[in-house]
Amino acid sequence: MDAIQSTTPIAVSSHGSVRDDLLGRMRGASGLYLVSVAACGTIVAWALFAWGYQIVNGFGSTGVRRPVYWGFYIVNFVFWIGISHAGTLISAILRLTGAEWRKPVTRAAEAITVFCLMIGGLFPLIHISRPWFFYWMLPYPNERLLWPNFRSPLFWDLTAILTYLAGSVIYLYLPLIPDLAELARHNKGAKRRIYRALSLGWTGSDRQWQALERSMKLMAVVILAIAVSVHSVVAYDFSMSVMPTWHNTIFAPYFVVGAIFSGIAALVLVMAALRKLMGLEGYLREVHFVNLSKLLLLMSLIWGYFTFSEHLTTWYGNLPSEIRVFQIREHGLYGMLFWTMVACNFVVPLVLLGISRLRSIPTIAVSSAAVLVGMWLERFLIVIPPLSTPPLAAASGSYAPSWIELSITAGTFAAMVLLYLLFVKAFPIIAIWEYDDGVRAR
Amino acid sequence: MAEQTAEQTEQGAERTPQWAMAIDLDRCTGCEACVVACASENNVPTAGEDQAAMGRTKHWIRIDRYYEGEFPDIKVKYRPVMCQQCDEAPCEPVCPVNATYQNAEGLNVQIYNRCIGTRYCANNCPYTVRFFNWFAPEWAEPLNLQLNPDVSIRPSGVVEKCTFCAHKIKRAKLDADAQGRELADGDVQPACVQSCPAEAMVFGDMTDPDSKVARQLGSGRSGQLLESLGTKPRVFYLEKAD
Repeated sequence: MDAIQSTTPIAVSSHGSVRDDLLGRMRGASGLYLVSVAACGTIVAWALFAWGYQIVNGFGSTGVRRPVYWGFYIVNFVFWIGISHAGTLISAILRLTGAEWRKPVTRAAEAITVFCLMIGGLFPLIHISRPWFFYWMLPYPNERLLWPNFRSPLFWDLTAILTYLAGSVIYLYLPLIPDLAELARHNKGAKRRIYRALSLGWTGSDRQWQALERSMKLMAVVILAIAVSVHSVVAYDFSMSVMPTWHNTIFAPYFVVGAIFSGIAALVLVMAALRKLMGLEGYLREVHFVNLSKLLLLMSLIWGYFTFSEHLTTWYGNLPSEIRVFQIREHGLYGMLFWTMVACNFVVPLVLLGISRLRSIPTIAVSSAAVLVGMWLERFLIVIPPLSTPPLAAASGSYAPSWIELSITAGTFAAMVLLYLLFVKAFPIIAIWEYDDGVRAR
Repeated sequence: MAEQTAEQTEQGAERTPQWAMAIDLDRCTGCEACVVACASENNVPTAGEDQAAMGRTKHWIRIDRYYEGEFPDIKVKYRPVMCQQCDEAPCEPVCPVNATYQNAEGLNVQIYNRCIGTRYCANNCPYTVRFFNWFAPEWAEPLNLQLNPDVSIRPSGVVEKCTFCAHKIKRAKLDADAQGRELADGDVQPACVQSCPAEAMVFGDMTDPDSKVARQLGSGRSGQLLESLGTKPRVFYLEKAD
C-alpha cells in the first residue's frame, strides 16, 4: 500500500514514455493470459452448447415452471444491463463535471458498458422460447402489415437497449480515434492498415481536435439521458404489470440507482484486476480507487434508503397479496438470500468504506465484489418471489434453475472476461492522449 | 359495445354476441368433470409424471379449493378458474408482438403462430390461467387416439389458455347459418358447461336480456374474481351473500 502511495506514475515524465509504456503492454502475451483466454473460451463454448440444447429440445429443458415464467435469464438481463451503467456514470458524469482524475479510468469503464450491453442484450433472445422469430418485435415492413405492439414494455426495452448499445459504442469509439492513429503509426502490415482505417483519417489537426471535443461533450450528455431511460424502462418491465410488489412507483429510480451502484462495483473490480495483471500501478493509483469507493459508499446509502422505503411501505400497507410476497421474501430460503443481500450491499460497504482506517485497495475490491453478489441477489429477489406467489394462492409455485441456466449464466461471466482480455490486447486500455493531456494540464 | 349491438340488431344486421359465463359456486361440487372435459375437448397435452411434479401441468380450467373453519369442523368451497376473458385484460398490452387481443365478441384470443414466447402475458395474468408449452405436445396412451380435429395442436414454445371453446362457437354459428336461423341461447355449450353434472355453469350472450346467463348476472348473487383489479372479467361467480 505504502509503495503505491509513494509511486510517482512512471508515465508522468514525458509524452513519449507514456505512449511507449502503454503500447508496450499490448504486445506479447503471458502464459497466464493464454490459459485465461482458453479457459474462458471453453466456458463460453459450453454455454453456447447449452443454449443450443435448449433451442433444440424445447424451453422445458430450463427450470422455469408455472407460475414462475421468468427465471435466471431475466435476473441476468437486469444484472448485466445494470453493470453497463459503469461506463456512462464514470465517463459521462465525470467528463461533464471536468473531474481530472477520471482520465485513466474512462476507457476501462466505457468498455465495460459496451461488453455488458452485448451480453445483457443477448438475454432476451435466450429468454424467449422461439428466438428465431425475435425480429417480429421490430417494426420492419412486411406484406401482412403487422406491427409490433408499441404498448408493450418489452418493445420499449428493445428500443432502449439498441439505442443505448449504439450510443455507447460511439461513445467508446470517439475517444479511441486519436489512439487508433497512434497505433497505426506504431504497427506494420495488416495491423497498420486496420488501425489506419479505424482511425478515420485522423491527423491531429486543430479542427479535428475541436470536432472531437465537441462530439464527445454532446455524446456525454446524450448517453447520460439514454442510460437513465434504459434502466427506467427495464424497471417498467416489472412496474407496468399488475403483479403484487412489481406494480410499484419506486422501481424506475430504484433500478437506476442499483444499476449505477453495481456499475461502479464492476468498474472497481475490473480496475483492480487490470492493475494487478497488467502492472498498471503507476496509472491506476490509490486515489482512483478511493474516489470511486466514495461514490460506491454514496450509492450504497441511497440503495439502502430505497430498499428500506420499498419494504416499509409493503409491510405497513399490509395488502393481502403483497404481504404474502413480503413474508416469503423475508423468511425461509428467500429470507436468507434477502439478508445476505442487505449484508453485501449495505453492511459490508458501510463498514469497509465508511471507516476510513479500513479503506484500502483490497477492502475496496472486496466491497465491490460483495456489492456485485448483493445486486445479483436483489434482482433475483425482485423477479422470483413475487412470481411464485401470484394473487390467487392456489396457483403458487416455486423455481429452481436447471443446468442450462447455470451454464449460460457462467458462460456470460466468462464472456465478459474473454471480451476484456481480447480488448486490452487490441486497444490501449488507458486513453493515451487523454492521460497525456491531463498530465500536461497539470 | 352494447349500444353498438342494439343498433346493429335494429338495422337487421347480424348481431355481435358478447360471450360471458356464470358459475354458481353454491352448486359446484368440485367433481372436476369440467377439467377432464376441457382437456379432451381442447387437445390439452398431458405432462407426464416428472414434469407434473415440477409444476408443469396444463389445465385450462382448474378447481381452486377454499377451506373454511378448523378440522374436523371444516367446509370446503370450490371455485372453477379458467381464463376470465377480461375486458381490461392485463395480458394483452404487454405482449410485444400482439399475439393476444380481445375480439369483437369479447373473447381474449391467443394467436399461437404469432407467439414468440416471452411469457410476459402469463406473468401478468393475476389469475395464472395462461399456460406455456414447454415441449412439443405429447399424450399418454390412449389419449393420443382421441384428438379433436376442430382444435389446433399448439407447438413447443407458445402460450395457450382457455378459449371459451371458440371452435364450438364457430360451429354453432355455422350450424345456425345452414339452418337459416339466428343463433339461439344455449346453442353454444363450452365443454366445461356441457359436462357439469350439477349444472353450475351457464354460458351465453350477456347482451341478450333473455339469455340464461344474463338472467343469472341479474340475480344479485354475482361477482367477479379479484374484482378490485379492474380487469372486468367475463366470468361471473354466483354466491349466496353471507
